[in-house]
Amino acid sequence: MKTDKLAPWAAHAFVGVGSLIMLAPFYFMFVFATHSRTEIFSLPPPLFFGDDFFNNLKILTTRIPFWRNLGWSLYVALANTALTLLFCSMGGYAFGLFEFRYKNALFAFVMATLLLPSFMNMIPTFMIMDALGWIDQPRALYIPGAASAFGIFLMRQFVGSSVPKELIEAARMDGCSEIGIYLRIVLPLLKPALGTLGLITFIASWNNFIGPLIVMRSPEMFTLPLALRSLQSPVDTEWGALMAGAAIATLPLVILFMLSSRQLISGLTAGAVK
Amino acid sequence: MKLPALLRLSPRLTPYVLLSPFVILFCVFGMFPLAFSLYLAFQSWEPTSGLSAMQFVALDNFAFALQDEWFWKSLKNTGWLAVASGVPQHLVALPLAAFIHTRFKRLRNGVVGAYFLPYITSTVAIAILFSSLFSKDFGLVNQGLLALFGGPPIDWLGAPENIKPAIAMIVFWRYVGFNVVLYLAALQTIPQDLYEAATMDGAGRLQQFFFITLPSIKPMIFFGVTLSVIGGLQIFEEPFILTGGRGGSDQAGMTTAIYLYRMAFDFNDFGAASAMSWLLFLVVVVLTWLTNLAFKPRP
Repeated sequence: MKTDKLAPWAAHAFVGVGSLIMLAPFYFMFVFATHSRTEIFSLPPPLFFGDDFFNNLKILTTRIPFWRNLGWSLYVALANTALTLLFCSMGGYAFGLFEFRYKNALFAFVMATLLLPSFMNMIPTFMIMDALGWIDQPRALYIPGAASAFGIFLMRQFVGSSVPKELIEAARMDGCSEIGIYLRIVLPLLKPALGTLGLITFIASWNNFIGPLIVMRSPEMFTLPLALRSLQSPVDTEWGALMAGAAIATLPLVILFMLSSRQLISGLTAGAVK
Repeated sequence: MKLPALLRLSPRLTPYVLLSPFVILFCVFGMFPLAFSLYLAFQSWEPTSGLSAMQFVALDNFAFALQDEWFWKSLKNTGWLAVASGVPQHLVALPLAAFIHTRFKRLRNGVVGAYFLPYITSTVAIAILFSSLFSKDFGLVNQGLLALFGGPPIDWLGAPENIKPAIAMIVFWRYVGFNVVLYLAALQTIPQDLYEAATMDGAGRLQQFFFITLPSIKPMIFFGVTLSVIGGLQIFEEPFILTGGRGGSDQAGMTTAIYLYRMAFDFNDFGAASAMSWLLFLVVVVLTWLTNLAFKPRP
């Protein structure tokens, strides 16, 4: 019975201290982004924001083609998101509301690849991209990324629960073309799911490291994560500039997350709940 | 609206047309690479010599991998990291989710968000940040430890015995929130009257946790542990950044995924690297299967 009395404040303390520990690294990332290298590693360390952010940014832009790298990250993430939404909504609609041969086998097969570890594709992907001449081409990142098994899964779930079959059949009776049905009935109904999948795809592409590491070879084609890594060196790392870069890479995600955390969390864990 | 005849699909053909972009990409960039890497595992090949220089070497690559002490070391590192980062994730996430479920109502979304945030941020940015936090001389972690306990600074990323604990802490920090969300989702499905009945019968909170909560969310524990096993065995980015892509002193931070990357891209042996990726995949499959066995209800 003693545990019952202890639990309320202990549970709150446990959860509260824990969440501070979770958030502290982010705080220090943004604080360090505003300090010079010597300040970051001084005694005591900086615990509050300084005024060296623009200085750090200047170092960053002289060491690496920072704005270009940022631009590639954005471009690849947007293109990847657009293609994924298009192809996965089409595929999800097909899996959700049509009957065709080998449908269940194909779906099960696609789902099985969700569990495939990422290292399996590392080497052959490089060879294929090399053979296609796609090394150092952004399309090497956003075209393969559009074949998202997770996206197909999410779309099929949503089609099944929110696109009524009767509506499709009624439209067909009224002489609406199949493409028209997809564009004018299915897509508008899928809007919430497209939003969720779009967010998830954008974030995954923005954070992607292994993909660009394999196919992007020249520094002016690097995406942001790759460019930041290239700044690291055993002897002379510009920590202030590096932190500023990391903070810029993180800030959009933190903002996106604050605006849509519930939608994102439920989308990312959709596979578990179903 | 009149469409050209070509665009007026019959309902019978439509699903194939709708699926074709996905299936084509899936085959070209998903399935073909997989098949090709299996083929490559039986070939000897260096990228500089052109595709025609490929030579069939039967099981040589596998024999090489199995006799390679670095490969075994990388497997040990990977296993160590998977256990040291995976087990605490679940031991912490479960009670955390239970606390949040029963005690947090209004603040719930904020709290869950705080734990989940690391999961969606860039691993590279995180790893870069932590390599400064873990720095030996004036890193924040050491300064904090010094202020609290005194003693000499710990060489987190330089000394072989400390690299893995440092990486495990980061991986733990990154994924614990994901598991909290999984467990919260499972907890919400337990009917409240089970607890009410148990309270009537005089069961305490701990008893309720062990006899109602745990059995009810067992399927989710199985799911979460399976994801941790699969994820833990492919750890790549955190140790890759923290050790500058080379595995760290005495290769203490070299996971198998890093080793096979280096085997291909630093040492140019694509055949051996492919063989290693299939061996690691085999380990993933076996361990996933064992997890499945462990969670199966015993007859």
